[in-house]
Amino acid sequence: MAPILQLHGVKAFYGALEALHGIDIAVEDGGMTVLLGANGAGKTTTLRAVCGMVRSEGDIIFAGAPLQRRSTEAIAAMGVAHVPEGRGTFIGLTVEENLRLGAYTRAGKPHDAMARMYGYFPILADRRRQQAGALSGGEQQMLAIARALMMAPRLLVLDEPSFGLAPRVVEAIFAIIDRIRREQRVSVLLVEQNASVALALADHAYLIETGYVVASGSAKVLADDPQIRRSYLGY
Amino acid sequence: MHLFLQQVFSGLASGAIYASLALALVMIYRATDLVNFAQGEMAMFSTYIAWMLINAGVPFWAAFALTLAVSFIGGMVIERIVIRPVENAPVLAAVVVTLGLLLIFNALAGWLFTYTLQEFPSPFPDRPLFGALITTRDLGVIAVTLAMLALLFVFFRFTATGLAMRAAAQNPASARLCGIRVGRMLAIGWGLAAAIGATAGIMVAPILFLDPNMMGGVLLYAFTGALLGGITSPVGAVIGGLIVGVTENLVGTYLIASQLKLTVALILIIVVLVFRPNGLFGTAIVRRV
Repeated sequence: MAPILQLHGVKAFYGALEALHGIDIAVEDGGMTVLLGANGAGKTTTLRAVCGMVRSEGDIIFAGAPLQRRSTEAIAAMGVAHVPEGRGTFIGLTVEENLRLGAYTRAGKPHDAMARMYGYFPILADRRRQQAGALSGGEQQMLAIARALMMAPRLLVLDEPSFGLAPRVVEAIFAIIDRIRREQRVSVLLVEQNASVALALADHAYLIETGYVVASGSAKVLADDPQIRRSYLGY
Repeated sequence: MHLFLQQVFSGLASGAIYASLALALVMIYRATDLVNFAQGEMAMFSTYIAWMLINAGVPFWAAFALTLAVSFIGGMVIERIVIRPVENAPVLAAVVVTLGLLLIFNALAGWLFTYTLQEFPSPFPDRPLFGALITTRDLGVIAVTLAMLALLFVFFRFTATGLAMRAAAQNPASARLCGIRVGRMLAIGWGLAAAIGATAGIMVAPILFLDPNMMGGVLLYAFTGALLGGITSPVGAVIGGLIVGVTENLVGTYLIASQLKLTVALILIIVVLVFRPNGLFGTAIVRRV
């Protein structure tokens, strides 16, 4: 099967500073790819490059169409749903309004999709009229994922969904990501510090260090790689 | 007591006008962190457009609707051409740009329409009601303002575009990730603010008479109302505007000569800034560095 997302020789820049030095990454259609690496390695920058949030060079192809020189909002409208670092929920709006915003690019009433999200995340249904800022960290992360899925995306981009959450919450969130991925047939590009959880779910993994891809392969192979085990899995 | 109530009601009518303009200021401030000092002069210019249409024989309410439409488009054009280039500039640069707009509109109006006071027709007859407690004209002004506020509430609360505008104002980066064209939302915001301002201008012109400096004092009161309500709160702006209108009227009646009324606004601004910088309904803005 052809990859849904392909990056070829992608460089990314913050001002004059080159943060990615030409990386190649692919996400299989219906697959889940994880980017591993230390803080500052360029994982988040890679996601930002895909969504047109940083200046980049090279080829980024999504579902056969180049994403280069498209605006972030246009890329979103093409079916790339990005849950950014820090979740990016609209804290001053209600839970339901956040979900409605997720469906902004879709025609028609979002009721069916919303009902489906409340099915995945019942806690959000209980809190639909509350301000998103009043939710706990885990609930906000659920809301952010649900908002992204309201778009009915072909690719879900997740930037550290486990950040700042208790282990049990992390487990719950990843379990649901895995379920949604299979049920909604959405491909996932994931950045994650929690390598053991991520490698268990993903089918492909890339290890990024200082702006280069230094290792890649099936998640299973990388999980068994002694160097990766020592550096990122801690055993 | 009768005089007091009379002054309260007439204060509510002028307060409604301040509230409209204050709301326009708050909308722009929330969306762009910018105080649009030209809001009053834009409203004045819109009022001249209405005046020209009415003089050309267009019925009042048709001229009113047409002026709102023209102002909406004008506001969007101003955002695109004048404000967009300074979007990421330091605040002071953007403030100077809106001050420049103020001078340009004032001078342009003076050049096109001269500085002579012009009579502006009121759509409402000036008849006393309820034992002269309130006039039909004041009641009309209050009704128009309330209708506009209701429409805005429905728009922001229940339409996709209204929701997208709130999202874009609150978190532009996330809004883009939802596929919302933030630039377009800002332009619509300026258009709406200009149309709201035009309503204020058309409502105040029959009282103050139309001239290029008509909105100077009104903008000051509106700004006071916006600050009093908390510059980030639309509801606060409306309530603040009404409070300022009533206060101004009562103080002008009982305490000081009405020529000194404008001082009330300045005193209120200082009191608010000293004792309650976030206003009645505003939230403190915490910037994470």
